[in-house]
Amino acid sequence: MSSEPTAAPAPKQPFLTREARSPREAILQRLGIGALTFLGNRLAMVGLAIIVLLVVLAIFAPLIATHDPNLQNLRGARLPPSATNFFGTDEYGRDIFSRIVHGARITLYIVGLVTVTVGPIGLIVGAISGYFGGFVDTIVMRITDLFLAFPSLILTLAFVAVLGPGLEQAVLAIALTGWPAMARLARAETLTIRSTDYIAAAKLQGASSWHIIFHSVIPMCLPSVIVRLTLNMAGIILTAAGLGFLGLGAQPPTPEWGAMTSTGRAYMLDSWWMVTFPGLAIMIVSLAFNLFGDGLRDVLDPKSN
Amino acid sequence: MISVQNLDLAFQTAAEEHKVLNAINFEVAPGEVFGLVGESGSGKSTVLRCIAGLYRHWTGGISVDGQSVAGRLTKAHHRKIQMVFQDPYGSLHPKHTVNTTLAAPLRIHSIGDIDRRIVEVLGQVGLPTAARFRYPHQLSGGQRQRVAIARALILEPSVLLLDEPTSALDVSVQAEILNLLADVRRARNLTYIMVSHDLAVVAHLCDRVGVMQQGRIEEVLEVPTLLAGEARTDYTRILFEASRRYDRSMASSLAGAAKTA
Amino acid sequence: MSSTPKATDPSAPLFQVEDLWVRYRMRYTSFEAVRGVSFNLGREKLAIVGESGSGKSTVGRALLKLLAGNAEITASRLQFGEVDIAHADEKTMQTIRGARVSMILQDPKFSLNPVIPVGEQIAEAYRVHQKVSRQEAKARTLDMLAAVQIRSPERVFGQYAHQVSGGMGQRIMIAMMLISNPEVIIADEPTSALDVTVRLQVLAILDDLVRQRGMGLIFISHDLNLVRSFCDRVIIMYGGQIMETVAAADLDNVQHPYSRGLLNALPSLEHRRPRLPVMQRDPSWSRLQKEITP
Repeated sequence: MSSEPTAAPAPKQPFLTREARSPREAILQRLGIGALTFLGNRLAMVGLAIIVLLVVLAIFAPLIATHDPNLQNLRGARLPPSATNFFGTDEYGRDIFSRIVHGARITLYIVGLVTVTVGPIGLIVGAISGYFGGFVDTIVMRITDLFLAFPSLILTLAFVAVLGPGLEQAVLAIALTGWPAMARLARAETLTIRSTDYIAAAKLQGASSWHIIFHSVIPMCLPSVIVRLTLNMAGIILTAAGLGFLGLGAQPPTPEWGAMTSTGRAYMLDSWWMVTFPGLAIMIVSLAFNLFGDGLRDVLDPKSN
Repeated sequence: MISVQNLDLAFQTAAEEHKVLNAINFEVAPGEVFGLVGESGSGKSTVLRCIAGLYRHWTGGISVDGQSVAGRLTKAHHRKIQMVFQDPYGSLHPKHTVNTTLAAPLRIHSIGDIDRRIVEVLGQVGLPTAARFRYPHQLSGGQRQRVAIARALILEPSVLLLDEPTSALDVSVQAEILNLLADVRRARNLTYIMVSHDLAVVAHLCDRVGVMQQGRIEEVLEVPTLLAGEARTDYTRILFEASRRYDRSMASSLAGAAKTA
Repeated sequence: MSSTPKATDPSAPLFQVEDLWVRYRMRYTSFEAVRGVSFNLGREKLAIVGESGSGKSTVGRALLKLLAGNAEITASRLQFGEVDIAHADEKTMQTIRGARVSMILQDPKFSLNPVIPVGEQIAEAYRVHQKVSRQEAKARTLDMLAAVQIRSPERVFGQYAHQVSGGMGQRIMIAMMLISNPEVIIADEPTSALDVTVRLQVLAILDDLVRQRGMGLIFISHDLNLVRSFCDRVIIMYGGQIMETVAAADLDNVQHPYSRGLLNALPSLEHRRPRLPVMQRDPSWSRLQKEITP
């Protein structure tokens, strides 16, 4: 695969196809090839583009929004979309476009926080449970059963009852009900992995169980867990929107998309823009995460096509 | 070097106890190449895994270089005895480069001079140093098996357990790997136990062979005796004849003797 | 249990293959798995031997057009009896597959349906091509199971795939593939997953049935030692091409360096050697070449 140096300087081979000469090069090559595969997937790129747009909106919200999202103007309430108010105004005269742009921050906050909690915890717990089996596995699985038995809605209600309504309570509830699925996925992968010859070889070298779990098992679980996390993100947005819809998550005047859809419901027949635009935002971003997750799966786990 | 005495292994199903190994006895002298041959279900790979320490729930006695393999296995034990697995596609971690795979055992045993040792062992198994940072999917079956052998050798063991090391390889690649195994053994004065279902492969590399059937050792004999057709037990003779060629009359005598439906 | 062969002329070749090419079209490249293969199959046991990647399995499947959608099969002649396979449509192929040409694969675990009793599967295979009642199909199935030396056909009829051993599974496959009395069997590594003693018995059954019914057998294998005693003629493939075709009895006198190399690289129970001669691959073998015929 590599070109041997000859008397004349050999032509430099493109980075991705030449022989790796160090661990760093090997990893970079793999990432490079993965990125190229991803870039070739049009739908996944669409998903990525929308997510990037979401991030840009979140970061530059104050610059992109045309109005102050919380500024009320009762005289200009429930105005249809126009040149001044791209998406119209809500029942308090607040500009819906600006509220949606600022709402991007909240959406990202929820998705990010839940994913960053649920991913690592689910992965590690699942891998440990699957690898050790026996008593440890039984205990962990019963604990996950406990959490799986709760719909996130009920759990949020419980937290709200104790702590009062709020965004953090919603995030906590979604995370607590979401990690068992991740743990089960990691456990299922681990059960297959632990009977392979390369794990047996590691044991024969005297590696401790923890060493094997972190160096050999978890890297093999990562692809499916990562893909599942991205696919989950759509669900998280919808759940948060649902909670917001019920008034359990983000509290007014926070421009959370679900809450906006909820309040807009009452005015749906006369002022369709109050429901439609936040609803569209939720749908588009959920779809984007789904497409992105699909593309990621094609890269990380090609044989599952 | 290796002594197996009265090795028994059974596992419990819901209904009954199923005996996988029954009173296995054999000894392997230092520097010897001992073969374990048998058909599927004979338990030959199971014996190997018991000796390696991968299965722990056996009864009886197994000792390597005078030390029993029962109880906690020390790191010193792992430096002494290593294993090469059958499937080159499954015995290397798909996400580890050759370098990582070879460096891992050295790190576990806190052995220094990692770079030098890796380059050296790659040379000994006939792999170019350019292959060092490749992933398993970038290697051919024969190359993967060489990496597996390198991994086994890098801790400088005295005993190598070979579980069907060439069964998954093409004929021409098999020849190269068998030659490599012979060379390595001579160079390092290793002791081998090789398991195979292929009598020709076992007869090629081994000095003595144990013939197994259904969890029992039928016979232990020298390879020249086997090849001369002078095996003691009927089963061994049948195995030998059946492995040589297809023969219509042999097939009918087998059908008569064996149980069909 | 013999039956008259379907072809009118017993000495006419069953399959005529001339310049067979199989190309796989992928997004940026194409791959030639079979490159200009030619042979005839008579009422004989013909072996196609090669290592992995030689194209031997692809040839077998190309004869029945059982390849993936992106495979392009071209030949100047691909004839089964009177049927022009190269230009036959799917409807014609369906009348041939399983009825006039059958295929046996390597592992019965993967070719038998796990949720249907094996006897039902054989009967179903029969009824696909013959319009008969269920009772008749069952009767024929039991006959067939007996023909493959299964001692209690009634009992085995009702068993599931996971309940039968490897050797019995292969015999069931043979029963299934032979029940419609085909003229040709293509067997792709049919005994590679079997123990050596079971292998002999399964081969003997195949041997008898092929001989009694005057069928042609294409035996695809990587095991040169096995085919030299089982088959009549041997085709040796490498890199999608035929390197050499010899009579099985003449295998010791092969000419082509690849064939010689393959033969020499086999560890032999007949004569022990301290080192196995390693094949030196000549890059010219991968170029298109004329084969060596006896």
